[in-house]
Amino acid sequence: MTEKTTMDDIKVIVFQLVDKEYVIPVSQVQSIEKMMHITRVPKTPSFVKGVINLRGVVTPIIDLRERFELQANPLDDRSRMIMIKVEDMEVGLIVDAANDVLDIPSSAIEPQPDVVGSIESEFIAGVAKLDRRLLVLLQLDKVLNPLQQVM
Amino acid sequence: MEMSQYLEMFIEESKEHLQACNQNLLELEKNPSDLRIVNEIFRSAHTLKGMSATMGYEDLADLTHKMENVLDGIRNEKIKVNTEILDVVFTAVDHLEAMVMDIASGGTGKRDVSATVSHLNAIDQGESITTASHEVAATTVAEPAGKSVLTYDEFELTVISQSQEQGFQTYEVSVSLREDCLLKAARVFMVFELLEKMGDVIKSSPSVEQLENEQFDQQFYVSIVTHEPADDVQKKLMKVSEVVEVQVNLVTVEQLNARNTISNQVEGSISEGTNESKDSAQETKNTPAKQGVQAGNKTIRVNIERLDILMNLFEELVIDRGRLQSISSELNHTELDETVERMTRISGDLQTIILTMRMVPVETVFNRFPKMVRQLARDLNKKINLEILGAETELDRTVIDEIGDPLVHLIRNALDHGVERPEIRVANGKPEEGTVVLRAYHSGNHVFIELEDDGAGINRDKVLAKAISKGIVTTENSLTMSDKQVFELIMASGFSTADTISDVSGRGVGLDVVKSTIESLGGTITIDSNEGKGSLFSIQLPLTLSIISVMLVEIEDEMFAIPLSSIIETAIIRSSDILNAHNQKVIDFRGKVVPLVFLDEVFDVPREQVSDEEFLSIVIVRKGDKMAALVVDTFVGQQEIVLKSLGNYLNNVFALSGATILGNGKVALIVDCNSLIK
Repeated sequence: MTEKTTMDDIKVIVFQLVDKEYVIPVSQVQSIEKMMHITRVPKTPSFVKGVINLRGVVTPIIDLRERFELQANPLDDRSRMIMIKVEDMEVGLIVDAANDVLDIPSSAIEPQPDVVGSIESEFIAGVAKLDRRLLVLLQLDKVLNPLQQVM
Repeated sequence: MEMSQYLEMFIEESKEHLQACNQNLLELEKNPSDLRIVNEIFRSAHTLKGMSATMGYEDLADLTHKMENVLDGIRNEKIKVNTEILDVVFTAVDHLEAMVMDIASGGTGKRDVSATVSHLNAIDQGESITTASHEVAATTVAEPAGKSVLTYDEFELTVISQSQEQGFQTYEVSVSLREDCLLKAARVFMVFELLEKMGDVIKSSPSVEQLENEQFDQQFYVSIVTHEPADDVQKKLMKVSEVVEVQVNLVTVEQLNARNTISNQVEGSISEGTNESKDSAQETKNTPAKQGVQAGNKTIRVNIERLDILMNLFEELVIDRGRLQSISSELNHTELDETVERMTRISGDLQTIILTMRMVPVETVFNRFPKMVRQLARDLNKKINLEILGAETELDRTVIDEIGDPLVHLIRNALDHGVERPEIRVANGKPEEGTVVLRAYHSGNHVFIELEDDGAGINRDKVLAKAISKGIVTTENSLTMSDKQVFELIMASGFSTADTISDVSGRGVGLDVVKSTIESLGGTITIDSNEGKGSLFSIQLPLTLSIISVMLVEIEDEMFAIPLSSIIETAIIRSSDILNAHNQKVIDFRGKVVPLVFLDEVFDVPREQVSDEEFLSIVIVRKGDKMAALVVDTFVGQQEIVLKSLGNYLNNVFALSGATILGNGKVALIVDCNSLIK
């Protein structure tokens, strides 16, 4: 992510979880899908909701709320699955809503403040202030990484 | 010029040529005098040189060139083939392979090959010095043999002597065309045109007619009378494209007369010689012709990724086909029914074609083994004869890609631990040379790959003692184990029986990896051994990985697929038939005690209410000799499904080997029975 911030602008997708807005670079996003049938995969951490048939490719789905240990919310018709690709892993993230596509000037991105204790803090690459919005830049490889240990 | 679009093709073809080199070199080692093989190697090397030079890989081209020099020496019988020379050529090919691999992985193809280059140079030069003296010694006899291709009748001799008197020179010109020259007749025409401008052509061999009909190899001889100096003749001829070599020799009538007398003396032997050379020319001409026939069976190169995409698209089509079928059965419309049925049949054919397109002969894996075995046998000071049978057996591309490493390991194992040293073999009354047979064949829906050696076999007691000392089995258990079970211990992790660890095999990390790789491919490996006589490693693999037959079962509302290959049968039992043995629920099934595995518990299926039904549906599965009964809610039916992975994020999920997409578009998980049976 650090090399991204040295570029002038980065294009990001903005999505919402509970009351906060998060962003991930467009380059890592494959598509945004509406909710569809998810097949549960047993013996996986609870935030792994299962797998879906994404145009013929079996793709795992992670509930970001549960991943960040936020309170669970029933899915509604604003819920979306953001399909991302990090290294060679393709995964879908369930978010409360996908809001926007934005260009963020890299100068607006600051390293995240040292807040201890929140689970999500380890997944955060930085924070961007844009007008009056506070956008949290996610570090996706961290979000996907520690599956083995949780199991 | 942008080369990247050709890069892939270059790499593929280079690999093929190198493989051809390897194979032919091995052949050559067996028949060192067969120059046809050298020609084959030379051809491969030459093409490779041309390709790599075009692509700008100078190092690659350079090393190939050096190798070509040596091969040329062999071809022209200046260098005698022996093991040392072949070793150097082999290392050169090794280097070339490494360079190509480097290029394939995005490198520059640079590599330090100075040692090999100097070896090649040494062979090239060292031997040519000796051949030079050899030539001198043999000149008087060898000259007519070499040049007597052109023989002159009296009339021609008169012409030559008359022209000589008028101050003309007579030259014998030998012209060599490039091996891949396509329009030989055209080149011949250009050469003749040039020659006729300079002087008069007296004779040619083969005859002009034959030349025009391309009835010659790469080389032909012409004699001309001209005023031009030899150098000019040569230079002018070299200008003709695709001419690689031109030799111009001055001849005089005296020489020719002398030659005629000699040729008369040795007429018999020479005519024999020419016959022979004619024969071999015939032969070399036949071989390309044969290849031409093979090439007539046209093939194209397709990227495997494209085939995968095609496969994926086709799978989508199959899913939609399922939907269409159900819609048409609801609508009950005759014409629609007919159309859907036709479509179903056609897509069935299509499926077969796509699947067979992914099949590759196992040869592509096997053909790197002869060289490996040769090298290993030398390293280990053993004499080994590798026999390969059934290399044409076809397997799914995915299996082919995975099976190479396990086989390498098994072969190394067989060579290192299996086959004994020559002196021990002789002492045990066996032939000095050990035989290792690598065999592949189809049987039913499976492909078997077997590796058999006539070596020492597996020592049961030694294996057991080792396994006990490593804590893999207990002493009590060991007493009741069958031979097969004992042999399979050598594939347990942390096991190595060789007394000393060699760098060839035997750190005990190999065979367990072999086993797990094969199991991950849906195959099994068994070992049979006869102490003192040899061992047999048998690998059973599914014909194709991507489409398998499964039994679909339902638990609550979740669908699971159980591969038919592990199912023995299905049954419905009374819950009162369940027995308890050491906290494990078992049933008596045809006289055997089979443990019950409740799939809903294993997979934590959420249940609305605890079921206490009187009857249970069970699927009896096996892994080797062991069995288990999987308890499910309902059987749905048997189906051919497309195997898909769960994606890289979810690799290694317990008791699942993958997923598939059902006709309704939903994903069903595939149960890995092997991990459910302990």
